[in-house]
Amino acid sequence: MCGIIGVIDRGRELMDGSAIRTALARMDERGSGEGAGYVAYGVYPDYADYYALHIFYDNVHETKKAVEQELCKWGMIEHQEAIPTYEQGNIRKVHIPWRYFFKPDPLLMPKSTTPEDDIVMHLVMKVNTTIPGALIYSSGKNLGVFKASGWPEEVADFYRIQDYKGYIWLAHNRYPTNTPGWWGGAHPFNLLHWSVVHNGEITSYGTNRRYIESFGYSCSMFTDTEVVAYLFDLLVRRHGLAPEMAVKAMAPAFWDEIDRMPAKEQQINRAIRMAYGSALMNGPFAIVVAKPDAIVGFTDRIKLRPLVTGECGDRLYISSEEAAIRAMEPAVEKIAMPRAGEPVIGRVYV
Amino acid sequence: MTIGSVPLKFKVSVDAEQCMLCERCIENCPYGVFRREGDQLRINSRQCVACHRCVAMCPRDAISIEERPMDYRSHPLWTPEVREAIYNQARTGRIILSGMGNALPYPVIFDSLVLDACQVTNPSIDPLREPMEMRTYIGKKPSRLEFVSHNGDVDLVTQLVPNLQLETPIMIGHMSYGAISLNAQKSLARAVTASGTFMGTGEGGLHQDLYPYQDHMIVQVASGRFGVDINYLERGAAIEIKIGQGAKPGIGGHLPGEKVCADVSCTRMIPLGSDAISPAPHHDIYSIEDLKQLVRSLKEATEWKKPVFVKIAAVHNSAAIAAGIARSAADAVVIDGFRGGTGAAPRVFRDHVGIPVEAAIASVDAKLRSQGIRNEVSLIASGGIRESADIAKIIALGADAVYIGTAALVAMGCRVCGTCYKGLCPWGIATQREDLVARLDPEVASKNVENLIHAWTLELSELMGAAGINSIESLRGNRDRLRGYLLDESILKVLDVKPVGA
Repeated sequence: MCGIIGVIDRGRELMDGSAIRTALARMDERGSGEGAGYVAYGVYPDYADYYALHIFYDNVHETKKAVEQELCKWGMIEHQEAIPTYEQGNIRKVHIPWRYFFKPDPLLMPKSTTPEDDIVMHLVMKVNTTIPGALIYSSGKNLGVFKASGWPEEVADFYRIQDYKGYIWLAHNRYPTNTPGWWGGAHPFNLLHWSVVHNGEITSYGTNRRYIESFGYSCSMFTDTEVVAYLFDLLVRRHGLAPEMAVKAMAPAFWDEIDRMPAKEQQINRAIRMAYGSALMNGPFAIVVAKPDAIVGFTDRIKLRPLVTGECGDRLYISSEEAAIRAMEPAVEKIAMPRAGEPVIGRVYV
Repeated sequence: MTIGSVPLKFKVSVDAEQCMLCERCIENCPYGVFRREGDQLRINSRQCVACHRCVAMCPRDAISIEERPMDYRSHPLWTPEVREAIYNQARTGRIILSGMGNALPYPVIFDSLVLDACQVTNPSIDPLREPMEMRTYIGKKPSRLEFVSHNGDVDLVTQLVPNLQLETPIMIGHMSYGAISLNAQKSLARAVTASGTFMGTGEGGLHQDLYPYQDHMIVQVASGRFGVDINYLERGAAIEIKIGQGAKPGIGGHLPGEKVCADVSCTRMIPLGSDAISPAPHHDIYSIEDLKQLVRSLKEATEWKKPVFVKIAAVHNSAAIAAGIARSAADAVVIDGFRGGTGAAPRVFRDHVGIPVEAAIASVDAKLRSQGIRNEVSLIASGGIRESADIAKIIALGADAVYIGTAALVAMGCRVCGTCYKGLCPWGIATQREDLVARLDPEVASKNVENLIHAWTLELSELMGAAGINSIESLRGNRDRLRGYLLDESILKVLDVKPVGA
């Protein structure tokens, strides 16, 4: 189970979080009150050039100091503050959500072609694996993840996500089965510009995790979805694949389909499976991934989880349930159900 | 000191009521257990190796063979095997030869690993109704792909090097013509061709009767370089350099002159009746750089059209060696565990040298991943694969595919009597004696091997389906799908597998 919903306004018009709160709550049947979360792109226009690092602290004494020491080794903190929260009946603060607006020093990663991103990725892995009691769960520019253990409405109200405005929103209602419900394990998962919400279970996780770890990523959130954010980062940012190609790697065509394709298409699809076989994801999944200029939705190769899309003007909606889309946008049109493994991509207008 | 004869190993008996004196047992036993005296069948149980040929051929089910009950004084340390080895060596002063793989009761790691299955949240997949993909490509892969796009059209820039396309991850390992008969090789060749997979020629050259199957054969370059010329290299689908083998790591091979008949002599390119001795090392390889040169030479000779594999025995530093091999131009590393079979090996090597393939594959896979190069090279596991569950487990530990050896022989009739080194295989497999070779019908034996591969492939797809996996890529290195049952912590750490219940 789990309910997912995502929306992009291709004209970059901002939407506040109230509609997606309602939409996600429409899928309470798909959750168990143990995790919900939201991510919005475009929420920090005043600090758009800084990496917004959202961190769960267990305490703000030793742990916070250790993290800040690490950050200051690699760059400069422009601004920091506790993320405003408003305690709800069922949500008490387990961790202290904090945010930094951080500028890495590119000269410190001289051999990289994307030094700032690589510094931030390094910091996320370093902090999450070596500083107990600190977890960086959101690290992109001009975007923020807001998540906790609780029902969708409670988590929304806890952060007052209706006060944030973004042109892309993803949201997730969690029904945890393979790992405990905890704040870090709630979706969305984020690394740099990538954010992921996922319904299902990735049975190839062991393979995908070992693949991604050989490229310097560390899976520290005890759940399978984390690996999807890292795979997108590796394949799209570092290897330069188009998002369509990354989806072909993660949910590829079957060999017998490939064998029937025209020569050129066959060559491309065969090469992707051969080179990126370890990125292939198995098991039931429906996933929506966001990056600053697009959202991508896709399911596993035999569509063991539902995915529905709808459009309304500049807005593209992708969700587990048509009802959730309608709750957000009653005038929605072009309701469709993508085929297994087929990516649905919504891009902002240039 | 007087060294007497050792007790019988097997006791052969014939039910006189049932026996009709048809003499098939006499005809079928190349070891001379049976003879006829007048109206009576006489038995010399001392010659029996328990090959079961007589039992299988007796039309009246009159023959029974049993292992002799212990008649030494029992002792936990000085076992009968230990004492007999001493008696034999005290008498002869020689190395004891043996066949058919490690015979000591080391715990089998495979048997202490259990596979996972899906329930509810991740549905299991029904292989009868859903596509299950067993196809595997063996060879070098690029670490990343590059594309260019123009006018909405996308072109692949990266050139992929040739790989072997396997329709099942099961291949048959190298057993040479000489060690096994031509009929045995033909049977295996037909089976792999029908199954869409590959077999190794072993270090025995490629007999011309096998040319029709050459697209499914991996030719071998071992230290003796027997049978190697450009014709041989060009005929193979891939080339394998054998550095070591699991049953006898660190030593070479020896095909006795008696087995070098005219045909073997011609195929191996050695004089008739001469001993074919493969040295322990390749005399042009004394470092990883030398190996790299040979890999490149073989590629150069075949215009970079053939994948080149390197086979090493599983030893404690396999991981470091494999990482070195992966950084040469080699396309695949074969790791051969200490339970690998053999035609002939010194007993002391067979039973005491090397490590289990499970541990070796796990550590090689981990090392290659830590260096970020696992994806660029294929890993083939061999030595002790007995059933489809072993295949699923070794793939989950990190292998791309497996070589089977003994199992394929068993499918052809081998009863694992462990006497291959005598060259008298009553089943026509490990022999060159014409009358014995003729006993193996390639039509029948190839179907048996094909059936085995097919059955194991079906079982593997069922195991994958139960684990919610529909392509072999997602099983590879997926150690989350394994749990260790009563394995100690140090082994769990090497395997990087959690204990049951965790």
